[in-house]
Amino acid sequence: MAQDIFVIAEHLKGSLTEGTFEILGAARTLAGTTGGSVVGVVLGQGVEPLAGQMVAADRVLVANDAALADFTPEAYLAVLEPLIRQHQPRLTMLLNTSFGMDLAAALSERLSLPLVAYCKKLETENGAVVATSQIYGGKVNAECVLEGPGIVSVLTGSFPADAGRAGSAPAIETVPLPASLNGRKVQFKTLIEPEVGDVDITRSDIIVAVGRGIQSQDNIGTAEELAQALGGVVASSRPVTDAGWLPRSRQVGKSGMSVKPRLYLALGISGAPEHLEGMKDAGLIIAVNTDPNAPIFGVAHYGVVADLFDVTESLIEKL
Amino acid sequence: MHILVVIKQVPDLVEELEINSDGTALDPDCISPTLNEFDDHALEEALLLKEAVGAQVTVLGIDATGELDQALYTAMAKGADRAKKIVGDFDEETHLSSHARARLLAEAIKPIGYDFVFVGVQAVDDLDGQVAPMLATHLGVPHVGVVTAVHPINGVVSIQKEYWAGIMAEMDVTPPAVLGIQAARQSPRYAPVSKVRQISKEATIEEIEAGEVDERLVVPVRRMYLPESSGRAEFIEGEPGEVADAILNLLRERGIK
Ligand SMILES: Cc1cc2nc3c(=O)[nH]c(=O)nc-3n(C[C@H](O)[C@H](O)[C@H](O)COP(=O)(O)OP(=O)(O)OC[C@H]3O[C@@H](n4cnc5c(N)ncnc54)[C@H](O)[C@@H]3O)c2cc1C
Repeated sequence: MAQDIFVIAEHLKGSLTEGTFEILGAARTLAGTTGGSVVGVVLGQGVEPLAGQMVAADRVLVANDAALADFTPEAYLAVLEPLIRQHQPRLTMLLNTSFGMDLAAALSERLSLPLVAYCKKLETENGAVVATSQIYGGKVNAECVLEGPGIVSVLTGSFPADAGRAGSAPAIETVPLPASLNGRKVQFKTLIEPEVGDVDITRSDIIVAVGRGIQSQDNIGTAEELAQALGGVVASSRPVTDAGWLPRSRQVGKSGMSVKPRLYLALGISGAPEHLEGMKDAGLIIAVNTDPNAPIFGVAHYGVVADLFDVTESLIEKL
Repeated sequence: MHILVVIKQVPDLVEELEINSDGTALDPDCISPTLNEFDDHALEEALLLKEAVGAQVTVLGIDATGELDQALYTAMAKGADRAKKIVGDFDEETHLSSHARARLLAEAIKPIGYDFVFVGVQAVDDLDGQVAPMLATHLGVPHVGVVTAVHPINGVVSIQKEYWAGIMAEMDVTPPAVLGIQAARQSPRYAPVSKVRQISKEATIEEIEAGEVDERLVVPVRRMYLPESSGRAEFIEGEPGEVADAILNLLRERGIK
């Protein structure tokens, strides 16, 4: 086993994602104690310029092919599996995103390497990697020990991206590809851009966000009333848009929008990691939840353990 | 088209969670099992395909707690054609890892013909990763996760996969394949209690003997703990009126209102 740390890059529409820099930075820190190199891995077509941007890596392995132009789990795995098998890194880092979730668990089985998913903290201890995973909707942390080679899939936003942007031009190496990447069972067709909504929640300074605690579509009006009185807009967690109570464009979180308003008033939102990803950097977070153990209180500046309807009505009355 | 929907129960997060005495897992006594919400979406998407193109829908789960029947009967009451459960000598104290589940499921699924296996994209206890990609690996078929719509066209299915910031991809998937379902095209339907009761009297759940529980790739948990959820928040107490005043004061202090 080498001591190297592999960082599997993510890119979309010609740019590396913020998360890629986050895990690159985390890898750099880990490599400081494990002693290996940080090796970036970029799959795609014409991606050498992206490889060159992975300056926190010592080296970047590039797989270039038309069949890799757009992400599909099948083609990506066909390249990554033999690559990791051959290089035997100490740790392979991916992001727990729509890409990484498809890859990490499959690589774990294919390569018989243990995986710690939903990882938000990484340390080394006497040569072992200690990965802290956030599970049960953010209510529980689990410290896992990887004595030997393993894989982690990291929650976006867990490490500062700046650390991944520091360094100098890495050595770039093109890797040979498996015999055929064509004739695959999964074919990428097209990207679908989000529908433009009636309001752009990313531009609002004041957001009243409602979660499943709002209970029904009929109650959305109350939140609208409060948002209007405050001069802001209504946004929501995923179950509210899944139910069709609000348009998709109002969803905050992992698959929705990332927002950074001056005020984020979270009503009846538990604070699952996928939601926090989209709002934890808001200037002032006030959360109202009946559950004193709701993880939202872990990121909120102010918390109210109460029924959201009582608080909302009082606020509307006083405004 | 035959769709296998894999369901599992997870601890209901509405209940207060407690850690066991050696501090490495949840205390099984404090767990009240509930259906993984993403599995409910997987079932809904399969039922929509049953309605649209006459797909056959079989629900399948590992009965690790002895409490799966209700979930299987409910799935049948909603419209699933058949239910099967994997039974065995499961140790209630031991949490079945995703890797172990994937292997048990693969062994049970291999003899059953299928076009697609739908699995909820993730579960709240997937510490060692999501089951769907692992299951696909064992079955030797492709997998795509974070899927929000499945439309059959000319022998393949056209799927939508969510990325981030509202962006999605459209992909074509040739069966057989495993899909990790994030959300169905509509909210999961409800089954009336009376219908579930009726089904539980009339329908049978086929039992499949579990193979060996494979804990090869289990990551040792050194410590499991409840983070100080109130780590950051300062709590505002009082009657709703007082709370509202306090909130408005904060906003005024900061020039937000
Ligand atoms: C790949 C993927 C992507 C995802 N992307 C997103 C995303 O972009 N955005 C997102 O939000 N989620 C996302 N999720 C879903 C996420 O995992 C959670 O399921 C979701 O965030 C939970 O939403 P919630 O907090 O509204 O609901 P719940 O977790 O059900 O919480 C409801 C809360 O309301 C409280 N409550 C109930 N009644 C009241 C009341 N009367 N007054 C006050 N409080 C009350 C409860 O105590 C509870 O804490 C994603 C999941 C996956 C797998």
